[in-house]
Amino acid sequence: MKMVNIYLYTRYERFWHWLQSAIIILLLVTGFEVHSSFSLMGFRSAVNIHNYVGLGWLILFAFFVFWVLTTGEWRQYVPTTRKMLLVVRYYSYGIFRGEPHPVPKRKEAKHNPLQRLVYLSLAALLLPIQMASGFLYWSYNSWQGWGLEWLSLPVVALIHMAGAFAILSFLVVHLYMITTGHTVSAHTRAMITGWEEVGEDTQIEDWEQKVRKGKEPQPAN
Amino acid sequence: MKSVKYVYYALTLCCLLLLLAVGPSLAVAGEEDTENAPGRVMARQATKEKQLWITADHSKHEALKKTFASGPEITKACLSCHSEAEEQFHKTIHWKWMVPGTEDSDQVGKAGYSLNNFCISTNKTEDNSCLACHPGWGTSTEAVNCMVCHGQKTINWDEAFEDMQFFMSEAEDDEESKEMAEDLQTQIQGAVQAVGRPTRKNCGSCHFYGGGGDGVKHGDLDSSLTKPNKTLDVHMGVDGQNFDCIRCHTTQLHNIAGRMYTAPAYTERKSLIEDDLTAKITCESCHSATPHESGHKANDHTDKVACQTCHIPTLARVNPTKMSWDWSQAGKKKDGKPYKTKDEFGKYDYMSIKGQMKWAKNVQPEYFWFNGSIASRSTKDTIDPSQTVAVSEPAGNRQDPNARIFPFKIHRGVQPYDKVHKTLLAPLLSGDDGYWKTLDWDRALTKGQESLGLPFSGEFDFVETTYVFPSTHMVAPKDTVVSCKECHAGEGGRLDKLTGFYMPGRDKWRLIDTLGWVLVLGSLLGVVLHGLGRVFTNGRKED
Repeated sequence: MKMVNIYLYTRYERFWHWLQSAIIILLLVTGFEVHSSFSLMGFRSAVNIHNYVGLGWLILFAFFVFWVLTTGEWRQYVPTTRKMLLVVRYYSYGIFRGEPHPVPKRKEAKHNPLQRLVYLSLAALLLPIQMASGFLYWSYNSWQGWGLEWLSLPVVALIHMAGAFAILSFLVVHLYMITTGHTVSAHTRAMITGWEEVGEDTQIEDWEQKVRKGKEPQPAN
Repeated sequence: MKSVKYVYYALTLCCLLLLLAVGPSLAVAGEEDTENAPGRVMARQATKEKQLWITADHSKHEALKKTFASGPEITKACLSCHSEAEEQFHKTIHWKWMVPGTEDSDQVGKAGYSLNNFCISTNKTEDNSCLACHPGWGTSTEAVNCMVCHGQKTINWDEAFEDMQFFMSEAEDDEESKEMAEDLQTQIQGAVQAVGRPTRKNCGSCHFYGGGGDGVKHGDLDSSLTKPNKTLDVHMGVDGQNFDCIRCHTTQLHNIAGRMYTAPAYTERKSLIEDDLTAKITCESCHSATPHESGHKANDHTDKVACQTCHIPTLARVNPTKMSWDWSQAGKKKDGKPYKTKDEFGKYDYMSIKGQMKWAKNVQPEYFWFNGSIASRSTKDTIDPSQTVAVSEPAGNRQDPNARIFPFKIHRGVQPYDKVHKTLLAPLLSGDDGYWKTLDWDRALTKGQESLGLPFSGEFDFVETTYVFPSTHMVAPKDTVVSCKECHAGEGGRLDKLTGFYMPGRDKWRLIDTLGWVLVLGSLLGVVLHGLGRVFTNGRKED
């Protein structure tokens, strides 16, 4: 199969991806230190860094949300069940037989159905929950002034910890999944340079396109 | 489209750069600017005037130039000018040894039904040895001994007067005796004329030696505070602020600010800015409720954690303090005689007349919720001897808005109780009927209970007890402050025993932690197996 390079991830997306990954890793490291899971930089530094990075993330995430909404990129996150089974079958069977991916990446559809679901859960649910619970945790001393006395610190801590484990688990799987491209480093390269190699004859079905059916898809940059 | 994307990119980047630029400087500010933290700036302003001035030179006062033959004569001389002093002082706990207002009811205090787990009770001051600390002349309660608190020269008044009387009686026949008597009178006069505001030494002459010796009781009060350095106490250090006790224990009509049993030292936490005539007894008086530099997490702690908790890392840092006292071991004899043994600190750890005792230095305090009041048992209260009896314990809990986590020295005792009446017993210790002379519990307990007018069934045993001392002195320099991790620790932290609230770093939901790690390790295992599968089936394409 002949491969062609397509420009898949814009500069902002790549920048945001790596920035957010750095933020998340830093938050995981400092967060688990605050949780007394290990000792690295000291409790006080861990708390200070965690608070600062967490609040920074909250601000920076707003830009991402704005970007997703205004560029129409949010359509890449609309969940679907179509071809879902094929993707699941691919990762649990086809991949071992060297079969091609059933839903290859294209500019207009960079997420396969499984990714759509995972990233939607992540960006719209898990990360916001984590940010919200983290913000509440951080603002504990202001609860009374804000009329939030009914909140319970143990419960907020529980949600925040559960979220942390979920994100850590995602990170483990995510780090592995990036090796499943047509070469081990293909996905990583794409997220650095923006260019991903895909089969030339890959067809994008209408439903997969980020632009609604009936409209012309945007040409690649 | 493209330009719009650049805008996001640029905006996010600017925002990030701003965060990166401001962040470290904020974080570093916490480390470096403690010198100008608001609480310290305020305290420096509050204590600026170091030179106290007075308009009287007591050595020039005619009333103090006369010959004094006895203590009460000195008192009379003082009162000839300070006409209201005695009346004021007679109303205070220092004179009454009872919390004012409780004289006709519970009689809370040393002279009442209160007891501890050291020498237990003064038996309503029947136990004469206790009166060594009562501010009268000798063991007499006839007149106030102003010199105890105001005298700046150390002198043994009882001996001085006794010797003077003796030499005076001989003086008519013996020139040398006359000279001796005159010498003593000069000494006495010199001491009487050297009066002033109470110093650490004045207060310490009783409060450092409570319980029968240096450092026995408090752990944060002993003779090392007579001339402490800043390392021992940042406020009282002679190489620093050199505060006297009364700098914080401010006084009104001879009532000295401080806790009295159940009566808290203060009911409101106010700074001098809120009330310029407030007692300076709280840390907040001078340091405010948010003393640390802005953004410092410690400012968020002050609603639930007392300043003392972090700023007094250990007690008894110079002299040892007594940690336990087991009266049930008293009465043993060696070769038919009472004996004593000393420990590594040179302190008695066994005395036949007192029992087994344990001393310690650099004691880590124990922590409890504390609203400023101490709940205590008296000799009239019934106890449950199957459990450790809290002779005194801090009042307050997590829900109490006035309560803070506060450091305490706990003194553990084993002391006699009445098996029938289920009350703690107050043995008489000194005197001919006292245990120290007779080593006879029956007699000492009978006499002791008689002095209180309380029954004794004759059947007694010993029960474990605790007695608490809130720690507020020996405030250490900031570089030795208790670190976050010493409390926010998974195991073995200072606050391990304090429950009823969630503390990050200490507490966790076991289930979430277990499930969480199962999920993470499960994911790891999953991807490893999946990866291995790809390698072995050659499904992985060439790199």
